[in-house]
Amino acid sequence: MNEETVEGLSLEPERYELHAEEEQHWEAARREFFGSVRGGIVVVLALDQVPATRASGAGRRGGPGVSLPQEIGVWLHIGEDGRVTGYTGKVEVGQGVRTSLTQAIADELPVPLASVRLVMGDTDLSPFDGGTSGSRTSPVVAPQLRKAAAAAREILLDLAARRAKAERASLFLEDGKVVQRGTGREFPLAELAAGQRLLKAVGDDVPTKPATAWQFADAPVPRVNGRAIVTGGHRYTSDVRRPGMLHGKVLRAPSANARRESLDTGAAGAMPGVALVVEDDFIGAAAPDELTAARAVEAIRVEWEAAGGQPSSREIFDYFKANAGEVPGSRGPTSHTAGSAAEGLSAASRVFEGTYTAAYIAHAPLEPRAAVAEWSGENGDGTLTVWTGTQRPFGVRGELAQAFGVSEDRVRVIVPDTGSGYGGKHTGEAAIEAARLAKGAGKPVKLVWTREEEFTWAYFRPAGVIDVRSGVDADGALTAWEFHNYNAGASGMRTLYDIPNQHVEFHPSRSPLRQGSYRALAATANHFARETHMDEVARAVGMDPLAFRKKHLGDARLRAVLDAAAERFGWGEALRRSPGHGFGIAGGHEKGSYVATCVEAAVDPAGGAVRIVRAVTAFECGAIINPDNLRNQVEGAVIMGIGGALFEGIAFQDGKILNARFSRYRVPRFSDVPVLETVLLDRKDLPSVGAGETPIVAIAPAVGNAVFDAIGVRLRSLPLAPNGAEPEPA
Amino acid sequence: MARITELDVNGSREKIDVDAERTLLSVLRDDLDLTGAKYGCGEARCGACVVLMDGRPVPACVTSAGSAAGAKITTVEGLEQDGQLHPLQEAFLEVGAMQCGYCTPGMIMAGVALLRDNPDPDEAEIVRTLEGNLCRCGAYPRIVAAVRRAAGMLRGGGAA
Ligand code: FES
Ligand code: FES
Repeated sequence: MNEETVEGLSLEPERYELHAEEEQHWEAARREFFGSVRGGIVVVLALDQVPATRASGAGRRGGPGVSLPQEIGVWLHIGEDGRVTGYTGKVEVGQGVRTSLTQAIADELPVPLASVRLVMGDTDLSPFDGGTSGSRTSPVVAPQLRKAAAAAREILLDLAARRAKAERASLFLEDGKVVQRGTGREFPLAELAAGQRLLKAVGDDVPTKPATAWQFADAPVPRVNGRAIVTGGHRYTSDVRRPGMLHGKVLRAPSANARRESLDTGAAGAMPGVALVVEDDFIGAAAPDELTAARAVEAIRVEWEAAGGQPSSREIFDYFKANAGEVPGSRGPTSHTAGSAAEGLSAASRVFEGTYTAAYIAHAPLEPRAAVAEWSGENGDGTLTVWTGTQRPFGVRGELAQAFGVSEDRVRVIVPDTGSGYGGKHTGEAAIEAARLAKGAGKPVKLVWTREEEFTWAYFRPAGVIDVRSGVDADGALTAWEFHNYNAGASGMRTLYDIPNQHVEFHPSRSPLRQGSYRALAATANHFARETHMDEVARAVGMDPLAFRKKHLGDARLRAVLDAAAERFGWGEALRRSPGHGFGIAGGHEKGSYVATCVEAAVDPAGGAVRIVRAVTAFECGAIINPDNLRNQVEGAVIMGIGGALFEGIAFQDGKILNARFSRYRVPRFSDVPVLETVLLDRKDLPSVGAGETPIVAIAPAVGNAVFDAIGVRLRSLPLAPNGAEPEPA
Repeated sequence: MARITELDVNGSREKIDVDAERTLLSVLRDDLDLTGAKYGCGEARCGACVVLMDGRPVPACVTSAGSAAGAKITTVEGLEQDGQLHPLQEAFLEVGAMQCGYCTPGMIMAGVALLRDNPDPDEAEIVRTLEGNLCRCGAYPRIVAAVRRAAGMLRGGGAA
């Protein structure tokens, strides 16, 4: 076996200077790594910035059995069989990254797509990762994998040059082989990797192909595991099965913050095959099948004392204002000021005010939270393996280690490609519960939350209330802008419109419901308030809403999407308008990407129900990697946004969620989907940023503005037109 | 408690021994390891669990094992014939009619049933028929396109 490190080869000067100590470390890493993947070539992409907080805390930081520092981006392995495997801590939750990342590797090397595999979100195998969120996967990880692949290509060319005793310049990679120009001699990857044990660490500055040279750029790539999905073969967490596995069920309190007064587990404990687990506040059962576990939990007799004084969804917005300020655990208020809003307002010839609200909404991923937990070793306190659908595998590993008082290196979290998350699966509730049950029962346990549990005990997109005040001068130009957001959150709060005097502030508040991340976070509420208010002022000063926006818009990227959406929609042209129909536009930006949506909405004269007839969305997120997947993401975000725009909202009272079922909480269905058109602006000159979130932000204000255009009624609350619950199933 | 000892699934008689009150969904998934049908709501409101019973689409989450006994049950795993995907499965792949894919098996089963009733459904009929199937990722337009495409394949004499 060739045991050389790559430094021993005559490669171009090393780009990543190793200190003596680190060199030793890499040597150890190389030995360990090849202990589990056997031979081949490994490229480790080491990032030069090491966040101090990650440097301690120990535990395996990924890699097959390797203890590496945490400053690893990705690694890439070329096996002795010529297969290429990329390792990342990111996870696939429906955003298509398994495909786009596989494609990035295949494209960069280049090798056929079919010879590339990705290991994602496995805390024992993947490099440490902070979580799959904020649209960061494509922009961050794809370039990292490309860099690792580019470095691997150089190694392959060196190896082939040696073997062919030829100039490197005469060699190139094609279709999984190194080929020699002129002679046509071929060196398959398998041949080059065989007998090698090479590990190369490279820095973040490896040159890669420019976007203009990407071969997959204009061709849709089929999903890499699509066949498994359409045949039912793909195993989501809830499909994982372990030998001897039991099914778990957790006893829930009837309302939030209720106190347990009494407990009688006699009848449940006597049921055959049932393992009851009672540990402080946790009560659950594991049984050979779900029904038995559910019956056991039903047989537990508990009395509860409800907590009083919890606000309901009706008074929540007053509650937020009354409880704004210093909130434990929040980062405090954030604000942005330019000029003087007060002076701008007093100098204005007209002043406008509006209050906008957004309800709590649920992510309601079709796959609810689930986990399969298995302890190995003596007495259930050896090592713990948990399969769970989470966007933060390493975070959940930490939660588990803490919950059970074990070190992180004894916990492994594996994330099967997951039935979506939309920001709702950052936490490890189901993982901890399944692990508790498995520990108590002494067997692997699967726990799948019911839909009611998912609606009740997960967390929500924050509700919020936003006060806007603006002033215009005699020419209809905005001179002042005041924007106070209570509880909704700060994302997307700042305006791109050129307004000389501004004060924009986020006021954290107390939230009676658990709240957290959501697709595009607060940007939806902030865009709703801003873009609705812009429309109100435009109408009041007698300007076309698009022209009014552009009058205040130096930002070329936002202008470009507004123009593109308007053009495709036919904005301002003599669009034929049916009675009760109206047109609305809204735009914005978040996380480095830009979106504008034009909507035609129809209002039912009888019941006031709002139907979206047509929605045109223009989107720009830098260079487009996979146009087909991008279109899919944009459409999906717009459709999801229709739910929050029109009818989604959590109703709650006395600590209870009143609509914790799909029959009570309406989400978009087939018939809610309008004619959808998507215009993608490709900026090959700009780095790609993620696309899973931002396209959701413009639909709600565009719909509200279209409703105003249709019937002259201004809607300032999300959801705009909750037409009650759907009828119960027949 | 009544027990069920046999189910006819995907053309084979499966020996089981389960409480008749258990859901068909749980028995398929947990006893027969046919995990294509998914749990999404448990109240017949999302369609993730749809399977065919004697050719009719049913939500397996509200169907008891007892009531499924004696019927011919087809799950998504049973659509592939001799290594040939059903045209609707092909169409889902070609159109890219999925994101997370969790709704896909239920969508495909509901779509297969529709195509058996009507080999050439228009968009309105597809929407009406699939209205009980949720896709939280919003892949609806592509799912409609996939059903249309499969209809074309079936009419064009592709494998049925
Ligand atoms: S799980 Fe059966 S319809 Fe939702
Ligand atoms: S693809 Fe995710 S629910 Fe349909």
